Amino acid sequence: MPVSPARVARGAEGGAAGRARPGARRCHGSGRVTCEAEAARAAMGGSASLLPREALCEYQELTFLSKQEILLAYKRFSELLPKEERENACSARVPKSQILTLPELRANPFQHRICRVFSTSYDGDDSMSFEDFLDMLSVFSDSATSDIKSHYAFRIFDFDDDGTLDRKDLEKLVNCLTGQGEESRLSNMEMEQLIQNILEESDIDKDGTINLSEFQHVISRSPDFASSFKIVL
Amino acid sequence: MAARTRGSGFPQADTSGAAAEPPGWWLGSGSSEVFLPEETRAAAPVDFLQELPSYQSALRRRAAAGGTQERRTAPQGSAGLRAAEARGPEQEGGELGVRPAREYPLSIAEKRRLRDCQQADIKYLSGWKQWKRTSSKSLKKVLNEAKELSSYLELWRHDIRSIEGKFGTGIQSYFSFLRFLVLLNFIIFILMFSFVTLPTIISEYGIFNSSFAKIPPKNIEPHCTVYKPSGNKGLVYFYTYLKDLLSGTGFLEVTSLFYGYYTIDAAWLSILRYNLPLAYLLATFAYLALSLLWIIKRSGEGFKQNLVHDEDQFQSYCNKVFAGWDFCITDPNAAQLKHRSLQYELQTDLEEERLKRKIADRTMKEKLRIYSLRIFINIIVIAVLSGCFYSIYRATVFSQENSNDVSNTNFQANLLVQYLPSMVITLANFIAPQIFSFLIRFEDYSPAFEIRLTLMRCIFVRLANIGVLLFSLWSQISYCATDKCKACGYNYELYPCWESEVGQEMYKLMIFDFIIILAVTLFIDFPRKLLVTHCSCKPVQWCGLQEFGISDNVLEIIYGQTICWIGTFFSPLLPAIATIKYFIIFYVKKISLMHTRKPAARPVRASSSNFFFLVVLLIGLVLAFIPLGISIAHIPSSKACGPFRSFNTSWAVVPDTILGFPTGLQQVLHSIASEAFAVPFFMVICLVMFYFIALAGAHKRVVEQLREQLVMVRFDPVFCTPKVFFVLSVIRHAEEQQFS
Repeated sequence: MPVSPARVARGAEGGAAGRARPGARRCHGSGRVTCEAEAARAAMGGSASLLPREALCEYQELTFLSKQEILLAYKRFSELLPKEERENACSARVPKSQILTLPELRANPFQHRICRVFSTSYDGDDSMSFEDFLDMLSVFSDSATSDIKSHYAFRIFDFDDDGTLDRKDLEKLVNCLTGQGEESRLSNMEMEQLIQNILEESDIDKDGTINLSEFQHVISRSPDFASSFKIVL
Repeated sequence: MAARTRGSGFPQADTSGAAAEPPGWWLGSGSSEVFLPEETRAAAPVDFLQELPSYQSALRRRAAAGGTQERRTAPQGSAGLRAAEARGPEQEGGELGVRPAREYPLSIAEKRRLRDCQQADIKYLSGWKQWKRTSSKSLKKVLNEAKELSSYLELWRHDIRSIEGKFGTGIQSYFSFLRFLVLLNFIIFILMFSFVTLPTIISEYGIFNSSFAKIPPKNIEPHCTVYKPSGNKGLVYFYTYLKDLLSGTGFLEVTSLFYGYYTIDAAWLSILRYNLPLAYLLATFAYLALSLLWIIKRSGEGFKQNLVHDEDQFQSYCNKVFAGWDFCITDPNAAQLKHRSLQYELQTDLEEERLKRKIADRTMKEKLRIYSLRIFINIIVIAVLSGCFYSIYRATVFSQENSNDVSNTNFQANLLVQYLPSMVITLANFIAPQIFSFLIRFEDYSPAFEIRLTLMRCIFVRLANIGVLLFSLWSQISYCATDKCKACGYNYELYPCWESEVGQEMYKLMIFDFIIILAVTLFIDFPRKLLVTHCSCKPVQWCGLQEFGISDNVLEIIYGQTICWIGTFFSPLLPAIATIKYFIIFYVKKISLMHTRKPAARPVRASSSNFFFLVVLLIGLVLAFIPLGISIAHIPSSKACGPFRSFNTSWAVVPDTILGFPTGLQQVLHSIASEAFAVPFFMVICLVMFYFIALAGAHKRVVEQLREQLVMVRFDPVFCTPKVFFVLSVIRHAEEQQFS
């Protein structure tokens, strides 16, 4: 059920509170031109469900995606919606089960964590709006900075959301990597040895957990991270 | 802030002007002080750290992006995003907002608000700063548009992406490497064509009022200058054309494909004199230098990592676990395979670690046994290599002797004799690696080292085979029995234009290599796939499909590229053939991969693959320098054909040109090449190198000490988190200094 117009309005209020805004200029403007304009246009039964140009420019500015990539993302996102909601694709929310049918996420062992991290749904049902979807693609794109990528990687790997990677998180991480079946897990001894090695390499303050700084530090020295932490539609 | 003391004697928090105190940062020293980041804006901390350039830049960064720390700690507690949301606006309200909004890890709605604040603040800036900000923004926009446009020009973008999705980044790196080679060869071809072939063709046909001059060489015996290539003799059998096409003789020999065509000493384009011999030589040096620089630039990242850190970055567990999963995999089967290969890799590495501990516990007697076994096996390896080299030598000598004798009647036999060296080389390249992988099992190394050593041996075999071929060719060419022959410096009867002969051999090697790759795919891979799919008997199923062995495929194309590098001097249009060859091979390999291969059980990582490919390519390039250097500088150029007729050796054109320069320039060049310049220059270079090594060592020591301090700092929980972040950023900057 699309919740968005209310949410967007709430966000707009929060943003507008106590701040002088320069006049809305095309592409540089800070006007609320994105979803409300599109929703209004759709409500008037106007043009086909394309992304308005101002919204495209704004998304280009706020994410690392190129024009082509944003348009492709819009197309794929609207395909996930049922036909009647496609007009309001910009403001609709797609339930998690639908998002997981995307081929890019279908085979990914971290699919649930990705949905949890990028979803801004207040209901906790991990549904994603178009902007969440764009955020996700932006972080996973080629041009995202490694700071951003490592920040979000940390959040994805932090299974219990407590801000550090402790032994349990690492164990779940390794199990995600090796597969879900019983025979594909490492034995207890191997898991212990592996976690010990990981902590030795990355835990600088020796407190038994990896915090965000240590994680970003170890990722900066990892040559494979940039090429593997990538999703392209 | 009041000083905090802890009863158990932990380091005290020092409040006032710590800069005045001597550095007490080290463990075990008397008054240890730990500085507090919150106060560093007012009072600088210990002297030593103040001097660190990394500290200065860390300070600058903190001043510029003050809100960063808070945002980084946002994930603590469940309200991660929303907490940042709440803090975000107040934080960014006052700052300059140096970074664009999209570089902050926030949701789009929050980034929008952030950007609004940044825009609002512009009003309060001076006109100059405003203009700077808007112009940098528009510049970034223009750059982005340019980058987007240039991404359309990228060759095979869609193909490589689909391969990546189905097979992962390891195999994708092979195809990216292939694309790189296509581009490199194309650029080399453009270089040689525009500076060597085009002027020659223009002046030969008199376009644009040009002409050429063939200066007969003086002081040369007339018999050395006789060269009659067969060319087109009118009515010939059809298969002669085919034979000529495959072996570079006959009609192909007189085309611009080979060295012999460029028998021009000077070309005149209206009144400008174009020095073709000099251009030929300089174009050769240019393409070698271009290849070297491009490869080094591409491998820059991998080198940096490997040189600075002691631990092997590609083998670290963190790299394997945190960067282990290829997020671009879309195919569920591929995902399944990836899971299995990751499990296999992790288990093997853990096993290897346990093995290493076992190895360290070996007794003296065992060690002696193993070392003597290894020496024995290395002797066998050397024997195998000598066998290969000798057989190539004999095959080349036989081929050269008999291809000049036999008449043109027996087409197949003649072709066979012509291609004999290529066939022997290909056979050696196939058999030797099998022998090596069999032998290495007895040497009892760890699995990773086994793979590396076998790979090194295979690389050596492949590249040395080309060297042996060239060496045997030269021994034939410069074999002089009579005085007349000695006057020319080479065997003028059999090889009046020996550079074209060498060019023909390289051409044959390249064509044969290409034919073998096509034949293996057509006649071995596809039938095997048909067999496995339709025949369900046990041995066939056990054999199964072949794996896509990345290292084998890479060695294959690097072998081809080395031939191209060596051969371009003797055959200027060879890079064009190489470009077309690699272009077709891309599609052949892609089809073969998609339909007839199964992915490798042991995963190959993209970064280590890239590094490995470029290192081996570099080895190939350096090995290509040797035969070229000997050809250019040592062996007398042929007097019957080619641009270097009037010179002793090909290199002699350079001193000749220098003598034509004004005296001042000549003196400068002579002094640069003299010892009076070279020795001090060498000493200065050594000093600079020692300085940088010492600097890197000092930074390394600082990094180690800071790491030790971090462990101590942990026990101060009130100040813990910001301090850890700050010191970690200082460590990171110190390490970055090591990079540069």
